[in-house]
Amino acid sequence: MNARFVIQRIGFVLLSFIAVVVVLPILVIVAIIVVRGIGAINWEFLTTMPHDGMKAGGILPAIVGTIVLTFGTAIAAIPVGVGGAIYLSEYARDTLFTRAIRLAIVNLAGIPSVVYGLFGLGLFVLFLHFGTSILAGSLTLAIMTLPVIISTSEEALRAVPTEYRTVIASLGGTRWQGVRYVVLPQALPGIITGIILGLLRAAGETAPILFTVSAFFLPRLPHSLFDRTMALPYHLYVISTQVPGMPQEIQYGTALVLLMLVLSMNLVATLIRGHFRRRRPW
Amino acid sequence: MVMDPSGYDPPVGLPTKVRIENLSYWYGDRLSLRDITLDIPANAITTLIGPTGGGKSTLLRLINRLNDLLEDTRMVGRIVLDGQDIYAPEVNVSELRRRVGIVFALPLPLPGTVRENVLYGPKLAGIRDPARLDEILVRSLNQAALWDEVKNRLDEPAHALSGGQQQRLCIARSLAMEPEVLLLDEPTSGLDPISTGKVEESLFALKKHYTIIMVPHSIQQAARVADYAAFFLGGELVEHQPGRGIFTAPKDKRTEDYITGRFG
Repeated sequence: MNARFVIQRIGFVLLSFIAVVVVLPILVIVAIIVVRGIGAINWEFLTTMPHDGMKAGGILPAIVGTIVLTFGTAIAAIPVGVGGAIYLSEYARDTLFTRAIRLAIVNLAGIPSVVYGLFGLGLFVLFLHFGTSILAGSLTLAIMTLPVIISTSEEALRAVPTEYRTVIASLGGTRWQGVRYVVLPQALPGIITGIILGLLRAAGETAPILFTVSAFFLPRLPHSLFDRTMALPYHLYVISTQVPGMPQEIQYGTALVLLMLVLSMNLVATLIRGHFRRRRPW
Repeated sequence: MVMDPSGYDPPVGLPTKVRIENLSYWYGDRLSLRDITLDIPANAITTLIGPTGGGKSTLLRLINRLNDLLEDTRMVGRIVLDGQDIYAPEVNVSELRRRVGIVFALPLPLPGTVRENVLYGPKLAGIRDPARLDEILVRSLNQAALWDEVKNRLDEPAHALSGGQQQRLCIARSLAMEPEVLLLDEPTSGLDPISTGKVEESLFALKKHYTIIMVPHSIQQAARVADYAAFFLGGELVEHQPGRGIFTAPKDKRTEDYITGRFG
């Protein structure tokens, strides 16, 4: 065996080891949650209201709440986020103003989520009189999600070759027609990835919904946009820290449901992305 | 080598289609074209020859205002199409670009099938009638000498075609808009001799209906196709002549040096 081959072997082993180190914690976390939580999962747990101070019964309102909030976030954040990205990538010239916008987006991405929560409380709940409601919570989560959606979408749009825009222009197409018929369809897989990353983060956040929508204990389904609701992340926080004598199985079961919800959203997103990617010419 | 099948007949007295008047152009501080004045005749092939960096491609891209997409450029002078200054404020740029088509040096098929590629222009212009679109499809592909090769592959991705076919597809895509002027920027630079021959043949057929302004990819090609030739050097128009005179009897020493291969 010569020395170069040995060095290559060592390199492979080291890289494989690093890969395992990265993946291992995720696997361990998932394994622990599954092992300890799977016992709690049954039809009743998923489809009924909690009772006995949440120590018994199901978590239906929290599941529904999280799904509703994620949809609300998507409806508010996707048009604004993708629209903003199209503006920045396709229309905005490089001026002091657009640089300021980009700087603001980068900084927004770094703001702690609890600050978004306080901002949502101030703007939506109190100033705009939405009250503690699904509307206020969704909008707060949407604002937190925007920087992720805008920056990943802009990156995806910029990755579309400039030549396509030139060709469309040369065929008498307007800038918008270029975006509509070529650039946007090409960038769609990347944009969807960005949207999903943002929404997944929103679905799992506790702090932004703490002051804006979450109910500590509300054993019924929400009636309107102005209703409060329970939500999985906050419910998990509550039953893990605020309720003495909570059966551990319910805590892990709730975590497992949240995990599965997020992972299945991720899976759906991957499938959608794959579908659009197959239609690409390269 | 492909020669004009009709036998070469220098066109005389053709009306001017595009007039370039005292045109200067800058990218930032860099002068690209200096005080160009040139009349381009209708229904003929005008070739712009000269070494790279002479401003030929820039001039092409100014004739359909593609350089509008760039920032930090400056233009002085006028470009007149059928008596109308194309940089006048009332000009609709989309409409202008439909009248003045362009084919680039590299084949740039858009995403989608062969059919979709040819029909991008008409669809962008709002044509929806399927019968009309089919007719445009067949006519354009025939004019670009591509129909026989792709008539059974219309719904395959354009990227599956060979390089030579892709370039003729791009020509067909421009022709689909029935432009009055066709700008060709080294359209055969990436093609093999057989494909090049096919493209040149289709140009001879096309000039009956179109005004063609072409940056050829070699002096030999220019000599084969030119009805008019203009020699550009360092952003200046050194000389221009009808017919193939520039190749046989250049008036300027610099043109002669270029034609005879002393530089370039």
